[in-house]
Amino acid sequence: MPVPRGAVATPQVVEPPIGPRVRIEPRDGAAGPRDRIAEPHHRFAPPPPGDPPLTAVDATTALPTADASARRRVILASVEAVLVPIAAVAVAVGLFSVFLVALGKSPQTFFELLWRGGFGTAFSWQNTLTRTAPLIFTALAVALPARLGLMIIGGEGALVIGGFAAAVVALPFLGVAPAWVILPVMFVAAALAGATWIGFVGALRHARAVNETISSLLMFYIAVAILNFFVEGALRSPADPNKPSTTPIGSENMIGVIPGLEVHWGLAFGVVLAIAAHVLMTRTTFGFAARVTGGNVRAARAQGLPVGRLMIAACALAGAAAGIAGFFEVAAILGKANASLVAGYGFTGILVSFLARHNPIAIPPVAVLFGGLAAAGGLIQRRMGLPDATVQVLQGLIFLTILLSETVYGRIPFLKPEGRR
Amino acid sequence: MSRILLSRRTLLKSAAAGLVTAPLMGIERAAAAGLTIGIIYVGPRDDFGWNQAHAVAASELKKVPGVTVVEEENVPETVAVQKTMESMIKLDGAKLIFATSFGYFDPHMVEMAKKFPDIEFRHAIGLWSKDKHPSNAGSYYAYLHQAHYVDGIAAGLSSKTGKLGFIAAKPISSVLQNINAFAMGARKVNPKATVQVIFTGDWALPVREAEAANALADAGCDVLTCHVDSPKVVIETAEKRGIMSCGHNASQKALAPKGFITGAEYKWETIYKNFAALLTKGEKLPNFERGGYDKDYVQNTAFGPAASDAAKAAATAAIADLKANKPYVAGELKDNKGNVVVPAGKIIDNYDVFLETTNYLVEGVIGSIT
Amino acid sequence: MSDALTTVAVAMFAGAVRVSTPFLFVSLGEALTEKSGRINLGLEGTLVFGAMSAYAVSYLSGSPWTGVLAAGLAGSVFGMAHGFFCRLPKVSDIAIGIALMLFGTGLAFFFGKGFIQPTAPRLQAIDFGFLTSDPQLKVALQINPLFFIGLALAVVLWWALANTRFGLIVRMTGDSAATAKAMGVSVDLVRFVATTIGGFLAGVGGAFLSLYYPGSWNEGLSSGQGLMAVALVIFSRWNPLMCVAAALLFGAAGALGPALQSVGISQGYHFFNAAPHILTLAILIASSSSKRSLKGAPGELSITK
Repeated sequence: MPVPRGAVATPQVVEPPIGPRVRIEPRDGAAGPRDRIAEPHHRFAPPPPGDPPLTAVDATTALPTADASARRRVILASVEAVLVPIAAVAVAVGLFSVFLVALGKSPQTFFELLWRGGFGTAFSWQNTLTRTAPLIFTALAVALPARLGLMIIGGEGALVIGGFAAAVVALPFLGVAPAWVILPVMFVAAALAGATWIGFVGALRHARAVNETISSLLMFYIAVAILNFFVEGALRSPADPNKPSTTPIGSENMIGVIPGLEVHWGLAFGVVLAIAAHVLMTRTTFGFAARVTGGNVRAARAQGLPVGRLMIAACALAGAAAGIAGFFEVAAILGKANASLVAGYGFTGILVSFLARHNPIAIPPVAVLFGGLAAAGGLIQRRMGLPDATVQVLQGLIFLTILLSETVYGRIPFLKPEGRR
Repeated sequence: MSRILLSRRTLLKSAAAGLVTAPLMGIERAAAAGLTIGIIYVGPRDDFGWNQAHAVAASELKKVPGVTVVEEENVPETVAVQKTMESMIKLDGAKLIFATSFGYFDPHMVEMAKKFPDIEFRHAIGLWSKDKHPSNAGSYYAYLHQAHYVDGIAAGLSSKTGKLGFIAAKPISSVLQNINAFAMGARKVNPKATVQVIFTGDWALPVREAEAANALADAGCDVLTCHVDSPKVVIETAEKRGIMSCGHNASQKALAPKGFITGAEYKWETIYKNFAALLTKGEKLPNFERGGYDKDYVQNTAFGPAASDAAKAAATAAIADLKANKPYVAGELKDNKGNVVVPAGKIIDNYDVFLETTNYLVEGVIGSIT
Repeated sequence: MSDALTTVAVAMFAGAVRVSTPFLFVSLGEALTEKSGRINLGLEGTLVFGAMSAYAVSYLSGSPWTGVLAAGLAGSVFGMAHGFFCRLPKVSDIAIGIALMLFGTGLAFFFGKGFIQPTAPRLQAIDFGFLTSDPQLKVALQINPLFFIGLALAVVLWWALANTRFGLIVRMTGDSAATAKAMGVSVDLVRFVATTIGGFLAGVGGAFLSLYYPGSWNEGLSSGQGLMAVALVIFSRWNPLMCVAAALLFGAAGALGPALQSVGISQGYHFFNAAPHILTLAILIASSSSKRSLKGAPGELSITK
């Protein structure tokens, strides 16, 4: 599928924010190597030299990678990919320290507690990883459509509907079927419900050009209304008078934890799903078509790509990911569907996806970072008497500096392959 | 796994935690104490409502010698609260956990109680039962509906239209009890009185609460009360509309200098003080602590200017009855769909857990749970 | 029943007037920003920070209008930050917006702790109650001046975008940065100014929330109104007059849930409460079409490409 480079890399590509890496800035001309360096999967996971290019884009740019200077470029790009985010976090830490000092608090204590609460002990890791699991799914729900240039911010709605569907389909099986029947049924129901929910958003976009950002946000509120209507009404279990919920699926049907950890299987599944999404986006025709569409819809149409179907498929996959997050909330944590499903995982997932630059393989580590911050937030509150919003301020700062650091890629003198721009 | 964690806790306790080289003042302080108590709030500790009421009252516990209190706010009712409990236990060495939000109980607190049999857990409201739940868990609850019943009496006698309004967050038992008690009080003194209820759908939705207050005022209600996290908006909106109001949770008298009648207030400090006394003596906390006016767990706000003399007299009499633990719920009681919920002749004792499983609105309440 | 119908109708009218103002200010500001070719998703943070700073300043200074001004200024600082950051190459305006949303709400919650409990002086309404004898309408006609300022702003903005040099430059920048550059216009400067003004207006919208309706500061005050208002801009097709219509519609629909319950129609209140969202989605679906691209959409806008 040879695609003219220009079609993929017209300057008007702005969204998705992965765009910049596919985009060739006008001032860079058609400098293939620059583009190559900026490919997302190289930044986070540099492939071994000689990695066989599987897409047309790679094929055109990969030709020069045979020589040593290209190898050097890849290494430099990897160094850059590590150094720049670290520097960005350092800047955020510096700014936040000033903020703390201004408040009369010790930055040293703060960051020691942050480390301790998030990563410093075995328990901290359990805590962090438990909070990580749902974020991987909800971030994937943002990342996949983003590669097509679709900005879905209502993944929370698909999580809610997925979790609700899982709890509801389990009802007729309870006490009748064993867990190995019930859980797969719940899983499929959650994934399907989520896929339908966001798939509908994609279909609206395709069939009626309804903006997906706004429709997914609106549908989140509708999802919550549906959940509460049934959970507080027809499907309410008498078991808990003070927290309206569906009938509990029972501990015998709950998903256990990963051996050696106290984290449920959702984490492992999330990582697998992230890798699968990565493969899908980088190694398949679907992924290539999606990226072309994300680069330039008109060009994709001109190439005869089924843009509408791609959009709906990406949205459905995204919704399935969010729905699976809902499944794990129900099957591994809550044991029932109730308003606790609306916990903001979907919205935090947006942050995670953006920080991971909508790159599926980068989502798990970024989710760990967010999980760690959340895990440490409690310890900081308790030890330093700081309000919970403190960690939110720090999150905002880190987010800002990492996003701003995008601008320095390729502009650091000692990391430039040619030593100059 | 648990052995590793145990050793970690021991490490912590010895204050020689060589895990981090730099001294961590907080950890040493927390670990050096005889008993560390963790308290968890679902919202901000200073929300001028439910969470603040707990936070203020729980400060009683800090006065107990040798006790260290660690607190965490804005903890959602997800696995996050399990991890917060664990973190308090493992990193702070907490031996007693208070969880103050409805949704913390099942499954989160129950799970943690099973996992940490040596740690005591207590939940505000949760319906702990000996057969179903671990013995190191428990719950405490104040019968605020008794004070709402008194509110209803005062409101029924102060109202001119006989139409009262109730703005509620969610149709859960503790909320329904308050609505029903308010209605029963009002209809005791004015059998024609009605209580119009509006559910906002969540605990803190200030704009919708204000809209609901306006809608009720438009519909002719001349007394409003509420059960939401922060009643400030409802009371102030009622005052702006020139109608009367009854408070909830804490004193809102100052917010309505013209229209305030009285209000239902928790006295969590009595409970926490009792707990503190038990802890001082080194005794275990009760698993199932309940009480209302008889134990000084609830009170009514001092009457405001809108309370009529008749209202004050009747309310004061009702308070005296409740202090003497006289039941106020008796048959025949119908729900607002016409079903009999308490048969004629039956009297419901104030301590009957039947009240805590309320899932209906009584006759005289206009509204629907779903 | 006709009584009940009237009550609901009047409640919706009153709700439209009371609830729409923050939506109006945020969406007008965002419309201007988006017309210049950038999207600022962070106005939720700006709105919340504006609400907090307005309440705090009103409490500390004793003057609510000083609070409004402070909220506007605080909002413009957020706008400036967005405008400045996004001029850097390769920085995504959507992502920066989300970051500022997080940062703004975080800061507002952090500094707002001490202002939840105090009672600050609020903005007063103008009473048009003399126009009617109906008691319910009398109340509905107590209208805050900011509502009228918002309406006037919408007309001015609509006119200015279509008829002034300023409007032309903004639209040109939004439609094609290359053309604007060719004409000697500083694209970054135009967008910086447009985002700053957008931030100012969002801050004022927040002031309305904390100082008038519902008129108090707490952390649940906005619950997503800023985000919704940004979404309403797309719904309004970037037309300031349509922003007024959208804000009014949203406000009126928001009054539906409480109003229906107040007249005893309460079964299914969850859906009545979600009426603004359901209605907006329905209208959006009905009024969109794949045949024509979004009319009025700025060509440079990332979110509608």
